[in-house]
Amino acid sequence: MDARLIFEDGTVFFGRAFAGGGERFGEVVFNTAMSGYQEVLTDPSYCGQMVLMTYPMIGSYGINLEDVESRGLFLEALLVREYIDFPSNWRSKMTLKTYLEQNNVMGVEGLDTRAITRYVRENGAQRTLLTTSSESLDVALRRIRSSPSMLGLNLADRVSASGSYQWRMGGHTAQYRVAVIDTGVKYNILRLLAEHGCDCTVFPSTIDASEILAQDFDGVFLPNGPGDPEPVVRSITAIKALLGKVPIFGICLGHQLLWLALGGRTYKLKFGHHGSNHPVKNLDTGHVEITSQNHGFCVDIESLSEADIEITHINLNDQTVEGFRHRHYPAFSVQYHPESAPGPHDSKYLFKSFVDLMKLHREAK
Amino acid sequence: MPKRTDIKRILLIGSGPIVIGQACEFDYSGTQACKALREEGYEVVLVNSNPATIMTDPSLADRTYIEPLTPEVLTKIIEREKPDAILPTLGGQTALNLAMELHKRGILSAFNVEMIGANAKSIEKAEDRRAFKKAMDKIGLQSAKSSVAYSLEEAKNAALELGYPCVVRPSFTMGGTGGGIAYNQDELESIVGSGLRSSVTSEVLIEESILGWKEYELEVMRDKNDNVVIICSIENFDPMGVHTGDSITVAPAQTLTDREYQTLRDASIAILKEVGVDTGGSNVQFAVNPKDGRVIVIEMNPRVSRSSALASKATGFPIAKFAAKLSVGYTLDELLNDITRKTPACFEPSIDYCVVKIPRFNFEKFPQTNPVLGTAMKSVGEAMSIGRTFKEAFQKALRSLETKRFGFGFDGKDLENVDEATLISKLVTPNPDRVDYIHYAFRHGYSVGQVEDYTKIDPWFLVQMWQLVTEAPKITASPASLRRAKEWGFSDKQLAFLLGKGSELDIRQLRVAAGVLPTYKLVDTCAAEFESVTPYFYSTYEVEDESRITEKSKVMILGGGPNRIGQGIEFDYCCVHASFSIREEGMESIMVNSNPETVSTDYDISDKLYFEPLTFEDVLNIYEREKPLGVIVQFGGQTPLNLSIELEKAGVKVLGTSSASIDIAEDRDKFQHMIAKLGLQQPKNGIVVSLVDALRVANEIGYPVLVRPSYVLGGASMEIVYTDAELTRYMKSGQVEISLAKPLLVDEYLEDAIEVDVDALCDGIEVVIAGVMEHIEEAGIHSGDSACSLPPHSLEEDVITSIKSATRDIALELAVIGLMNIQFAVKDGTIYILEVNPRASRTVPFVSKATGIPWAKLATKVILGKSIQELAIVVPVMTHTAVKEAVFPFNKFPGVDILLGPEMKSTGEVMGLDSNFGMSYLKAQLAAGQQIPTSGRVFLSVKSRDKPKLEAVARPLAEMGFELVATTGTAKYLESVGLTAIPIYKVYEGRPNIVDSIKNGEIQLIINTPSGKNPMKDEVIIRQTALQLNVPVVTTMSGALATVRAIDDYMNRKMEVKALQSYF
Repeated sequence: MDARLIFEDGTVFFGRAFAGGGERFGEVVFNTAMSGYQEVLTDPSYCGQMVLMTYPMIGSYGINLEDVESRGLFLEALLVREYIDFPSNWRSKMTLKTYLEQNNVMGVEGLDTRAITRYVRENGAQRTLLTTSSESLDVALRRIRSSPSMLGLNLADRVSASGSYQWRMGGHTAQYRVAVIDTGVKYNILRLLAEHGCDCTVFPSTIDASEILAQDFDGVFLPNGPGDPEPVVRSITAIKALLGKVPIFGICLGHQLLWLALGGRTYKLKFGHHGSNHPVKNLDTGHVEITSQNHGFCVDIESLSEADIEITHINLNDQTVEGFRHRHYPAFSVQYHPESAPGPHDSKYLFKSFVDLMKLHREAK
Repeated sequence: MPKRTDIKRILLIGSGPIVIGQACEFDYSGTQACKALREEGYEVVLVNSNPATIMTDPSLADRTYIEPLTPEVLTKIIEREKPDAILPTLGGQTALNLAMELHKRGILSAFNVEMIGANAKSIEKAEDRRAFKKAMDKIGLQSAKSSVAYSLEEAKNAALELGYPCVVRPSFTMGGTGGGIAYNQDELESIVGSGLRSSVTSEVLIEESILGWKEYELEVMRDKNDNVVIICSIENFDPMGVHTGDSITVAPAQTLTDREYQTLRDASIAILKEVGVDTGGSNVQFAVNPKDGRVIVIEMNPRVSRSSALASKATGFPIAKFAAKLSVGYTLDELLNDITRKTPACFEPSIDYCVVKIPRFNFEKFPQTNPVLGTAMKSVGEAMSIGRTFKEAFQKALRSLETKRFGFGFDGKDLENVDEATLISKLVTPNPDRVDYIHYAFRHGYSVGQVEDYTKIDPWFLVQMWQLVTEAPKITASPASLRRAKEWGFSDKQLAFLLGKGSELDIRQLRVAAGVLPTYKLVDTCAAEFESVTPYFYSTYEVEDESRITEKSKVMILGGGPNRIGQGIEFDYCCVHASFSIREEGMESIMVNSNPETVSTDYDISDKLYFEPLTFEDVLNIYEREKPLGVIVQFGGQTPLNLSIELEKAGVKVLGTSSASIDIAEDRDKFQHMIAKLGLQQPKNGIVVSLVDALRVANEIGYPVLVRPSYVLGGASMEIVYTDAELTRYMKSGQVEISLAKPLLVDEYLEDAIEVDVDALCDGIEVVIAGVMEHIEEAGIHSGDSACSLPPHSLEEDVITSIKSATRDIALELAVIGLMNIQFAVKDGTIYILEVNPRASRTVPFVSKATGIPWAKLATKVILGKSIQELAIVVPVMTHTAVKEAVFPFNKFPGVDILLGPEMKSTGEVMGLDSNFGMSYLKAQLAAGQQIPTSGRVFLSVKSRDKPKLEAVARPLAEMGFELVATTGTAKYLESVGLTAIPIYKVYEGRPNIVDSIKNGEIQLIINTPSGKNPMKDEVIIRQTALQLNVPVVTTMSGALATVRAIDDYMNRKMEVKALQSYF
């Protein structure tokens, strides 16, 4: 089935639907990771987006039962150059096409994905329609222009767990109790916290701080999540109330929410960082970590005072803030993904830093 | 941390001659290192024995030594140059082993030279099989179960424990030399024997077989601050059991999930840290069990390698350049990504295309060897290609191979009527043509599962191939179908065959009319995430075209394609110089080539690089897009020359010598006419299309005659025959196809003539002789395999004068614009013209180094319109002698005879440079790896015709104190001239015989000239034994004479070293 990818400004790219059909609205983000499409698909941070994989052949190793990052698929569509329908891998249980269809995500191939990437790079993310219909461009554009933009959209609440739950894994003795405010947490964060001796309770993003404080957790974890951080007001309110009272570690959206809770500002990047190869310098050690990244928004370094905030990590590609710690509160966060999945494991040490912080805090009590 | 200031002068070791396992990738890495280090203000002292390299251009280093790569010579250079540091990680295994030897001998510490890039301890840990295994155990990584053996007995015991089949891997070797897979004790004995000999530490590893597992490679860089990046992952198409150099490989890895890929990434990093490589690039190889994902570490190389060259070309990340910078103290985050020039080098390239590398083999040159692939590398070159999908890249790579194939089958040359037994054996046992058999199997209804069972190739690759085979017949001439076919990499030639419609050009017209045109995309290291500066392109069939067409005048250079015997690095050298020259003239240079090992495919050599197959279709596509002033075809060897007529017909402007002139040189009748017109002579010759014809003509000319098919490269299938019977055998052997369209050439063979090679430059009006080279081996030995001397060491002055004047006459008659090469034979004072090549020859870099004049560069200027007069070329009178010697791959092909003949067999060359012939010849021999004895016993056995010349060889040897050993006939002759020789039995005469003597180390030099085309079994055994034991063998009388002069100089003069910069 022929498919069209229509951008807000009238630019059109042609492809073929290999999974599903119909139409989807969203913004196109490109991801430059060459492997890890299953983790990408199951990452709630992509809620409301159409993900384009820059690596041209996707589907090669199928879908397995283990590399799952959340309870479902939240993205709108997967855009690829060539879909591979004959996977080869000892863990593969089904094809990518089947998986997308089961989860009602549209898959389109035959696109000049490099041209689209260059287009997004030059023109920035914008509202986009993916459709297999033959409606006229004018009609389509009118509808695109009346669709919601990512800016100001609270997507975190949409992907959050509806109730709280416990995350436990065999083989690890829990020494710390951690509250996770679920704005779209990836399972690998929970897996790594468990590996580091944390017993995690996952709360909906709308949780009140009082409820967390009442349970005397050793630490609070602020995970990744989709979209614009600013509208995620209930989480921000909760974080404000937790600051200084309990150790906090944030990743990605969690990092932005912590920044906002401290009174800072965030802004939308032109096309964001999405991939597994971004160099981040740890300013404490001078060491460079190759990191997994997935964010369209970024904290504004000018909006908080150096007296309170210490920048700990910067992105070497564009010098944006990748991590900070608070000078007075036991709180730190990073913009990138130390939990990887997909991506390199260079920054796993941050989970240990969190545990150390909780230990210190517990001892000081 | 910035670069180190405590070191100023760095000694860089090159990899020596091109051999199997070490090719131009080390010229690429060495050249990058020279540039990178000098850019930082270091003085570079370079040593390499290979004159055909760009790195040995005197402008690239401060001091350039073209000297033998031996510890003794290196010691002299260190003494003289007093470098502060030695960088051994960019010159392959040769440089690494040499540096280790200097370290062990205490030379480095005595002269206070620091090893940078990798230290001795790390090299030891990575290269010593046992130490490496221990290191892997320590960091919790699995390696194959194995045990180290120092003797056959130990090896047998190990094999019993591990079970058969098992793998034998010698320590400290490259390209798996001397290793192999043993299926039984017999095989184990023979492999271990050669393995112990090839290992410098006489050590082999006996390893459990993991045949059939998936094989991966990761290219890793690490700096002294422990920053580590993976540049590229590579997945092998051929599973474990085939040397990675002989495997088809694909980048990036295709069938690993991210979780599995990260496991390999973590392991690679842990290995680099444990081994201790902290300032450079390394390569780590893994085997993965396809059933459960179990990972085994195979090996790591603590240096840049063939794979890192491939990874650099595949990603745009210049590994060698950065390895050099890391070695002097930089960290990865201090270096800028060359391609984007905005982002740091401390990142991991992301690619948005698929890269396929396919090895190029030359088994047909060694018919006594079974064309089977194993753990010892056999391929002589490789082609790489880039496409948006595997199918596209795979088909492009296949048509890049210069095997007259145009993709994955469907080009009119597919296998037919293969019986099932053959088919299965060709699928089961890895061999160079396995892809063709897979094609055949799919065409004949075999399933992917069946082929997987036979080949153990991952079904991912097989499905891709199966789709190509099953979809191809469905292609139609509709625009949509044509587009789809092009997206899958089908060439116009294949489409013409599939559609049964006319020629490649007809398809082209059809395609253009349908708007199905190639687009060019950029290799940018970052999958388009950032804007990129460097214009490095590949073609694909997509929507957007990223080529950057400028208004400047531009010139396209066609490269030489994959290395193979007869077409190697020499032509790449010329292409690179052409590019420099075009840029010097203020024009834009556009390079087209498909060989990932080369300097020419480094993206900063030319203004634009198109990494594309050198076929009519692909070249014309670029030409039509770029619209250059013209195309230069005379530097890339036979590959581009073969395209010139077709390209010209299609409207391409070929710069330099016209194709009409090329035609005169290549067309027998026209050539004869020209020779006659100029009053010159050529050997008597005839042209035949049948056996009867051939016998008649041969008898008219008189035996011996030289026979060969028309239009061949490197003397393929050329033979000297002495009798009717031999000629009949040759024609019936099936190695030559004779028809009206493909006649056979019969030439008078000028026995014992001296062959002379001349390179000359001509602008149509004036001719400059670049060099007259006298061959050491007599005419009849392929010029590429013969040693030669510049200036001539024995020719009379008047002969040289007439050779020069004949060269001038021919050049002007052919109106050559650019370089040309003529081969002469001199017999009894008469000169004969053997061959005229109106293009840059293999000897151009040698002549350039010997004379200190960049001939290819000057030729380019002439091609671009400058006159020789304007260029004011002054050829200096040489006060030194340069000797070129060829290097052969015989030790890689067990069972072959090492005899030289009219068919070229050498893979590389070395140069010896000194004040006189004897010393230069000696240096060339040492550089080629020959052990030149100064005492001991010389075995002499020559054919009857050579006996009169034997005294001139034997007497000086005896006078120098050598004992002469000879079989009865030769001994008698020696006695007749008053020399004493120890008689020895021939093999069939009894024991102990000559072979026993060689095996016992009692013979230090063998002079053995063959007694005919089908030499006695005896001689073959002698030569093979000598080859195995590395005893020098000279098979020609002229070579023997030269050797005697070299030994004399070796014993009576001190060998000195001298930098090129001191010669000119």
